[in-house]
Amino acid sequence: MKFGVVIFPGSNCDYDAYKVIADVLKEKVEFLWHKETSLDNYDCIILPGGFSYGDYLRTGAIARFSPIMKSVIKFANRGGLVWGICNGFQILLETGLLPGSMLMNSHLRFVCKNIYIKVERNDLPYTQSCQVGQILKIPVAHKDGNYYISPKELLELERNNQVIFRYCDENGNITEASNPNGSLANIAGICNKEGNVIGLMPHPERASEKILGSDDGRNLFLSLVQHTNGASN
Amino acid sequence: MTAKRKEKLSQAVVYVKLKEGVLDPQGLTIKKALEKLGYQNVKEVRSGKFFEIVFDSNGSKPSAKFLNEISDKLLANPVIEKFEIEVVK
Repeated sequence: MKFGVVIFPGSNCDYDAYKVIADVLKEKVEFLWHKETSLDNYDCIILPGGFSYGDYLRTGAIARFSPIMKSVIKFANRGGLVWGICNGFQILLETGLLPGSMLMNSHLRFVCKNIYIKVERNDLPYTQSCQVGQILKIPVAHKDGNYYISPKELLELERNNQVIFRYCDENGNITEASNPNGSLANIAGICNKEGNVIGLMPHPERASEKILGSDDGRNLFLSLVQHTNGASN
Repeated sequence: MTAKRKEKLSQAVVYVKLKEGVLDPQGLTIKKALEKLGYQNVKEVRSGKFFEIVFDSNGSKPSAKFLNEISDKLLANPVIEKFEIEVVK
């Protein structure tokens, strides 16, 4: 399987993602500068975390117009796997590949800590080696992660089962106290209707080795590899 | 001693606000801060931002269509925000 990790000016989780793929999973991975336009021969494109363009204007608002994004949108519309993590999720929201938007965290502070998320679906390429209801311990690090969508669109999102991860406590209870940013319905990660594009605020690439405190995030990378390598057999 | 340039400029201001019903954590906090300062008659504070844009337009004002386009495409996120345009000169 071959991953591409996009680097925008201000990305800072690009090497974390690269390292998990190359060293932990021993799969192929290449960096893609945001001015690239060719995405041939990649199975999955990762938009990593960071502060693209310094978060100026709105998070992701300027990166969304980087040259590579036209190709990413085409790639996604052809069914390619596009994975946005944190700032990458914010960029996907700005492009409209995923619905909704981010507001500033309800407590107005940057939040950087381990949290728990509950897996809502395991029929996606990203979660197939997880169990439904499984609790993953993964860190968050953001100031604009307060997911918002209009009430009508939220209903549709839920009806289509597009919510993949919700913030929960250690025991899997979805509570207000376990919500680190005020997101509607404790939403931590969503997918498009087709399930090939996902975005989540937590950082699985920072929790893919035991020495880092948790390797729960590795499940997502493993799922993708199993999905893709299995499908090509 | 700056040389006077003859180019004609026009200017517009775009105000970007959160749509009604969208939570505004900054506005709420500012309202609470005002209350703590003793200003009890503040009912609501909504935060937003504005952009002053200067155009090299050779004397003609930027069209409403043009200003709407740049506001909708980049300056505001239509999912959560609305905008108002004011042509200054």
